Amino acid sequence: MNRKQPVWQRVLFWVVLGIVMIFFTFPMYWILSSSFKTRADVTSRVPLLIPYANFQPTMNNYLEILTDEPIESAAGAQSSGSRGEFRNRLINSIIITTLSTVLAVGLGTLAAYAISRFRIPGESDLMFFILSTRMLPPIVVLIPIFLFFSNLGLKDSFLGLTILYTTANLPFVVWMMKGFFYEIPVEYEEAAMLDGYSRLQAIYKIVLPECIPAMAATGVFSAITAWNEFVLSNLLNRDNASTVPPYLNSIVGVGAVEWGRLAAATVIFVIPIIIFTYLVRNHLLRGVTFGAVRR
Amino acid sequence: MATTLERQLPIGQTAKPRFSRLSDRWLAGLFLTPTMLLLLFITIFPLIWSLFLSFNEWSVTRNALNAPIWIGTQNYAELLSDTRIGERTWERFIVTGQFVVPAVTIELLLGFGVAVLLNRKFRGRAIFMTVLLIPMMLSPVVVALFWRFMMQGEGILNYMATNWLNIGSIGWLTDRNTVIISLIIVDVWMWTPFMMLISLAGLSAVPKYLYEAAAVDRASGWFRFRHITLPMITPLLLIAIIFRTIDAYKLFDLAFVLLGSQGGPGRAGQTAALWVYEVAFSNFDTGMGSALGYIMLIVIIALANVFIRVLNAFKGEGAAA
Repeated sequence: MNRKQPVWQRVLFWVVLGIVMIFFTFPMYWILSSSFKTRADVTSRVPLLIPYANFQPTMNNYLEILTDEPIESAAGAQSSGSRGEFRNRLINSIIITTLSTVLAVGLGTLAAYAISRFRIPGESDLMFFILSTRMLPPIVVLIPIFLFFSNLGLKDSFLGLTILYTTANLPFVVWMMKGFFYEIPVEYEEAAMLDGYSRLQAIYKIVLPECIPAMAATGVFSAITAWNEFVLSNLLNRDNASTVPPYLNSIVGVGAVEWGRLAAATVIFVIPIIIFTYLVRNHLLRGVTFGAVRR
Repeated sequence: MATTLERQLPIGQTAKPRFSRLSDRWLAGLFLTPTMLLLLFITIFPLIWSLFLSFNEWSVTRNALNAPIWIGTQNYAELLSDTRIGERTWERFIVTGQFVVPAVTIELLLGFGVAVLLNRKFRGRAIFMTVLLIPMMLSPVVVALFWRFMMQGEGILNYMATNWLNIGSIGWLTDRNTVIISLIIVDVWMWTPFMMLISLAGLSAVPKYLYEAAAVDRASGWFRFRHITLPMITPLLLIAIIFRTIDAYKLFDLAFVLLGSQGGPGRAGQTAALWVYEVAFSNFDTGMGSALGYIMLIVIIALANVFIRVLNAFKGEGAAA
């Protein structure tokens, strides 16, 4: 900051920044702190803000949702969600996210390579077509996919959701990787091929090592999308392959909400996202604009 | 090396075509096919099917075994006329507008403001930035739950409203007059970081020498903003507005978890996307739902076209200047 700035301007800067930070961080803090509260503390009429000063933090909510046994059993309190369900959903989410991310990055990278290195007729139309699928309201394709999946028996299956998430991420991966490929000089591969490498060898030995970081960043974004997806999972899945987001929503729908447990489930669900966001912090701009905006 | 040896052989003498000797044409096809097939089956095929269904009277639950009955454009005619469903549809689109326009405007102004604030060097800047970017990476379901927790009758927002501001309890999610406002607040919380991120990229891309030249000329702060900053970042902001408007228009999950499929009391917060969902998956009016979906799609295409024209006009102006 400019040192010549008058004091009042500096004070104003920090005050405004403070207000902005409170608005954006308070909801996160509130859920986080609630996840450590007892049932009585969560529903307290007066908000209990500071741990140890206002309330005694407890790990019970986390233990309850991760193990099968309800630890703090209040008489008459309805237990929402069947036992151990959160754990199953979490495992489903991890499997489906991992599979669909690997597939989307793998297939999308190949397509992006083809588009950026080979002469493809109607290339710009193709890219526009791929992008336009992102603009589609999911609700329009939801009806036929619902019918399609019912007929093929893909409802409530890992395979079905994995295919859907892979396809949902493909346009993104193609656009991102195409942008990255344009930054890797073609001369690298051409030189390798002059030295007697085949095209595939050149890709494997020269291009792949160069684009691993880009693939990782793209993969993290794809994983975030798959991890967070709600609509398809909610509509197509019941018990077998359902993921965490519909579960979180369903707890709220059931009568008296156990906010403490819900908060703990939410925190566990969100931790990977925070880690992922930190990992791709330098690519965020590119990621959220489909590679349209680069630094 | 095997490859060099093979290369010396006449082409016809290779016993069987080897994978490594695939021509570029073949490779291009091989690389593109899986992606194109998936997009074809999961996007194009459903699109065509839903176009077909939109001209039919059919329900997945009620008469799934019967073939759809072709009724031509009757679904569209009903949706666009002043029948009950037509009026409702019109209302849903108005609600969508009442949500999208203020939400995107506030996100733009607030996001740009925060970007200006952050566009300087100060201690802890990287931490502030990373923390501010988290909301948009979260699942809409999670964001909606955060706010449902805070906006419930006995929640913390109402505690603040009664005890700190003395304005009494507010029915954030239960009062038909405030439902849209609540939805806007939550969307602003989630997506202002997006606008901030793009604004910040635009601000940091403005060449320093322009400001130095302006300083030599003793130009005012407003003049610098109006004649240097704004023209430089407008195209970028337009892209951000396109992304945000289209996403807010088709917003579903956030509103669904926050307000339910009916969009709160008296459908006060039922946006077009929620309405399509209700018609297609609560009433199971599959044909009508498809027609509604297509109307949404047509509006998106129109919106995108308008935006792209504005964007191109700006780029043309910039080139001419």
